[in-house]
Amino acid sequence: MKRRSLFLNTSAGLGFLFLYAPIIALIVYSFNASKLVTVWGGWSLKWYVELFNNEQIIDAALLSFEIAFITATLAVVLGTMAGFVLSRFGPFRGKMILSGWISAPLVMPEVITGLSLLLLFVAMESAFGWPAGRGTGTIIIAHTTFCMAYVAVIVQARLSSMDESLEEAAMDLGAKPSSLFFLVTLPLISPAIISGWLLSFTLSLDDLVIASFVSGPGNSTLPMVIFSKVRLGVTPEVNALATLMILVVALGVIGAMYQMRRQARLLAQPDN
Amino acid sequence: MSTSKIAWINDSYGKMTKYNFFSRVNWGRFSVVSVPYLWLAIFFFIPFVVVFKISLSEAAIAVPPYTPILDWNLEEAYVTLKLSLSNYLFLLEDDFYLSAYLSSIKVAAISTFFTLLVAFPIAYLMARSEGSMRALLLALVILPFWTSFLLRVYAWMGLLKKNGLINETLMSMGLIDQPLIMMQTDFAVYIGIVYTYLPFMVLPLYSALEKMDMTLLEAAEDLGARPYQSFFLITLPLAMPGVIAGCLLVFIPAVGEFVIPALLGGSDTLMIGRVLWDEFFLNRDWPMASAVAVVMLIILVLPIMLIRNSQGKEGAV
Repeated sequence: MKRRSLFLNTSAGLGFLFLYAPIIALIVYSFNASKLVTVWGGWSLKWYVELFNNEQIIDAALLSFEIAFITATLAVVLGTMAGFVLSRFGPFRGKMILSGWISAPLVMPEVITGLSLLLLFVAMESAFGWPAGRGTGTIIIAHTTFCMAYVAVIVQARLSSMDESLEEAAMDLGAKPSSLFFLVTLPLISPAIISGWLLSFTLSLDDLVIASFVSGPGNSTLPMVIFSKVRLGVTPEVNALATLMILVVALGVIGAMYQMRRQARLLAQPDN
Repeated sequence: MSTSKIAWINDSYGKMTKYNFFSRVNWGRFSVVSVPYLWLAIFFFIPFVVVFKISLSEAAIAVPPYTPILDWNLEEAYVTLKLSLSNYLFLLEDDFYLSAYLSSIKVAAISTFFTLLVAFPIAYLMARSEGSMRALLLALVILPFWTSFLLRVYAWMGLLKKNGLINETLMSMGLIDQPLIMMQTDFAVYIGIVYTYLPFMVLPLYSALEKMDMTLLEAAEDLGARPYQSFFLITLPLAMPGVIAGCLLVFIPAVGEFVIPALLGGSDTLMIGRVLWDEFFLNRDWPMASAVAVVMLIILVLPIMLIRNSQGKEGAV
């Protein structure tokens, strides 16, 4: 047993090293004063200063945040409806089709999603003049479509693992369907909705391929700007940007974990 | 959706489903169903019909840059329907496309296999850990998933390039004299895919291994099974649903991957996602790009159906 544990720990440890070594290297090199990756020029914050003076990156970041915020909000509304319908409405006509349309976007190659949505927008524009041109609006629609699938899956998982007795009790006490949903079900699934919102936000913020297809001229999102920069090679400003993004995400995940553990401990305490 | 869930729905359908309540207020129920339904019909399903339609037209110098399929003129009273299979014929005739499809499938399959190799020990360790250790390992696996995909691919450029960190370290240790050529090779593409898709493999594996009864392994050991025997005869078969779900979750998007071959691959790394991208953005041949997408979709239909079934059984993801 002991020998196998050693083997297991070593191989899993190597796996984690593989997962984190590139990220750590990226963070360390973002503080490198030298432009060359290979030469260590001492610690410096110079790339962070350059990053904040780069108007192109700042503008693209603001646009991406705006798109991600609207996308995440729309995706949460639509995705919660879809997840709720699939797990609480019992059988209805076309349910198989809906659940297929929910799971397919999760694995669909992005180039196909991007191309097909662009062709739809072009066809719609020539048929009834909407959407007039492409830009922020079309990116939001495209992102909402694949993000709502993630939200629906998360909400569905939460609903199916949840005890139904509270909803039954509310119904027995005569709650109307709408108040049953908004007063009982919605608060119970709020953790799933929050993580769905956050996941949609990061997915939208990160998307390069779909946005490249459906955006118009002058609407470059942050990933599009990063991609055109790094295609030519390693750029120290991008290292700085990556470090900031990783820091924000790490703080978010650690905060969420801490909150969850605190909640679990509170729940575990017996009532006095 | 789990089987018990289906049973519950069938069960409660006979009695009083909690939201069966809606069936009396049919309009409320109808509108809640139809909003997500309509959205997905318009922005997920119809686009595929449009792609298929445009794949049957021909490229033209016009806005939009393809010929109409259906043409009519009421004054002269004619309707013409012009379907062109030339894009598909060209796809079949030109070796370039065929080898791009084959090499995408090859790259995706090899990377999926290596992802499984890297992910298994991590998932197994997670499943065997307890309490806060398990939560910590889970967070460590999920954390990179929340950071930018593009930036994670980019991180490897700094490690793999000719004067990058790996080459410099190996040379300063005196292990190699010449820098290894790693960037712009298929090897870099494998690394990129394994790295970015790892969480998609670990999580379904973990959810399958977590359910495993560890006493089975003790029993096997008591009965004289060697560790590798109990692994192949007990652990692996029990983890199979997770293995299948994880492999499909990695394989399907990897076939159409664009960013990884574009940043880490060389000019000879032929992948169909990149071919589609170039066909669209460089050649501006929209009908050809559509035909490439339709054929890719046909190749992926079977694995996508499989993932739906395995999701149905396991509730992975």
